[in-house]
Amino acid sequence: MDATLKKRLERFALEIRIGVLEQMKARGFGHVGGSLSITDALAVLYGSQMRVDPKRPDWAERDKLVCSKGHAGPAVYAALALQGFFPYEELKTLNQPGTNLPSHCDRNKTPGVDMTTGSLGQGASLACGMAFGEKLRGRDARVFLVVGDGEANEGQVWEALMFAAAKKLGNLVLLLDVNGKQLDGCTKDILDTLDLSAKVAAFGFDTVSIDGNDIEQVYNALERTRNGGDKPYAIVLNTIKGKGIAAVENAKSNHSMAVSSDQWNEWLLSLTAQLD
Amino acid sequence: MELIYDGSMDSRLFKDILGKTIRELSEQDNDFIYLDADLMSCIGTSAWACENPERGVNCGISESNMIGVACGLAATGFKPVVHTFGPFASRRVFDQVFLSAGYAKNDITVIGTDPGVTASFNGGTHMPFEDVALYRTIPTATIIDITDVPMLISVLKQCKDLPGVKYIRVGRKSAAKVFADGTETPIGPAITLREGKDVAIFASGIMVHEAMQAANKLAESGIEAAVVNFFTIKPLDTEAVKKFAKQCGNIVVAENHNRIGGLYSAVCETLARENTAKIDVVAVNDEYGEVGPQDYLQKRFGLTAEHIVETVQSLLK
Repeated sequence: MDATLKKRLERFALEIRIGVLEQMKARGFGHVGGSLSITDALAVLYGSQMRVDPKRPDWAERDKLVCSKGHAGPAVYAALALQGFFPYEELKTLNQPGTNLPSHCDRNKTPGVDMTTGSLGQGASLACGMAFGEKLRGRDARVFLVVGDGEANEGQVWEALMFAAAKKLGNLVLLLDVNGKQLDGCTKDILDTLDLSAKVAAFGFDTVSIDGNDIEQVYNALERTRNGGDKPYAIVLNTIKGKGIAAVENAKSNHSMAVSSDQWNEWLLSLTAQLD
Repeated sequence: MELIYDGSMDSRLFKDILGKTIRELSEQDNDFIYLDADLMSCIGTSAWACENPERGVNCGISESNMIGVACGLAATGFKPVVHTFGPFASRRVFDQVFLSAGYAKNDITVIGTDPGVTASFNGGTHMPFEDVALYRTIPTATIIDITDVPMLISVLKQCKDLPGVKYIRVGRKSAAKVFADGTETPIGPAITLREGKDVAIFASGIMVHEAMQAANKLAESGIEAAVVNFFTIKPLDTEAVKKFAKQCGNIVVAENHNRIGGLYSAVCETLARENTAKIDVVAVNDEYGEVGPQDYLQKRFGLTAEHIVETVQSLLK
């Protein structure tokens, strides 16, 4: 990976993290843990992989992203705002009355959001339908599907994975955000998903397992999915929930956090200090 | 609109017409795509889909995923129609239809076959008396209870290009002939099948035939019953409801569904502030289904012309 590109994407990830915290600071609370764990993958996707045009969010030939763990919306919104899909200042309207930025992704509200998600598991099927549609249309667009490891409790995820492999959706890339935690605690304590990498591979996906908070590893894993072929791709992202803010990483419960304005400010300062 | 009702049954089966119309729509419109959950053989689309796997997509026994895939296809410009049995097309996939289709504005048509007692030998597990109730709570959904073959063809063609969530409930066997071949039944307006001044029978689906039979019997005792086909349960033709309430002052709703949440509920909701008519119902009285031949089940759950006659007579007393 080119060093300049790596530096640019690492900075983009940092800016997304700042954008996530700006949104939550304005509202006082939010799904901070799962937004920060997927941030590095989103930085690589929007910063180097996805064929998108902020001026034409509905461009039919664009690559699409389905964030099936819809509560990570704030991370997607930050990436989109930084790309110019809508004004950065709008991030401060997260979950305010009448906002275009609800907790969970809504394709009818936010420019650049490709699919509505929130009821876990459903985004997996939606992404399969989109990838299938792109294939039937003869377009070379890729569809990126972000699923959480907690979300993998949902049976619909596995129905969708069966469909993707059976219909040979080589234009589908599953990014499995294995941050090890869900709302009530650790995934291994609540409903142990065991070896998700082996499971996804057994479902017929071309699978790699990497450090999902390492820009270079994410980049390399995504680059190889450009080849297409008859098998859908899976990238198991081993991540840290709350990545980038030590206090959030270490918090026992960090799925959704409500902290004081001073606390959000302190965390924001720790990130902005890294920009220079 | 040519009415040809004489009480005789159509020799054609709904399942054959359903399959044939799906194949024809697919040939006419490149954006049309049909998905099924391992029930293609039940509507005669299996062989065709094997030859056209990009137009007829078998999703396997995974209804939730099928709805999501259909919605994803809608998002890439397709006009999907999905089929499975009524209980799976409603109860099993309710959240998927509500959110992935309705809330997300991915326009799809859902066909649920074997509504209510028409599920006969598949029994209680396959017998939806609540599918209409569920779909009615999806904002702006369209709900159709099919009466006969010409209506099925007309409605399928209309639903293909209609925005939103469309739910069609239709049997797979034969039905009484009501409309002449080639009749178009525009979605929305109720269709007056018979005029009458004493009571109006509002019916949908298989109960239209029972209502017409009941009206004949009532006429023998001097009761003039109007019969109105409310095949579009949502959006309900509220003007027709109010008109017949005023005109007759007595309404009996007949539906192959639980009395809770279906056409009867919709009519009552419409007339709650009007105070213009007495209303009664011939429907399933808040029970689960059970197995048996359809004629047995119609008697068992009170869904026959005789039940309509008794209810009308009791209402007019």
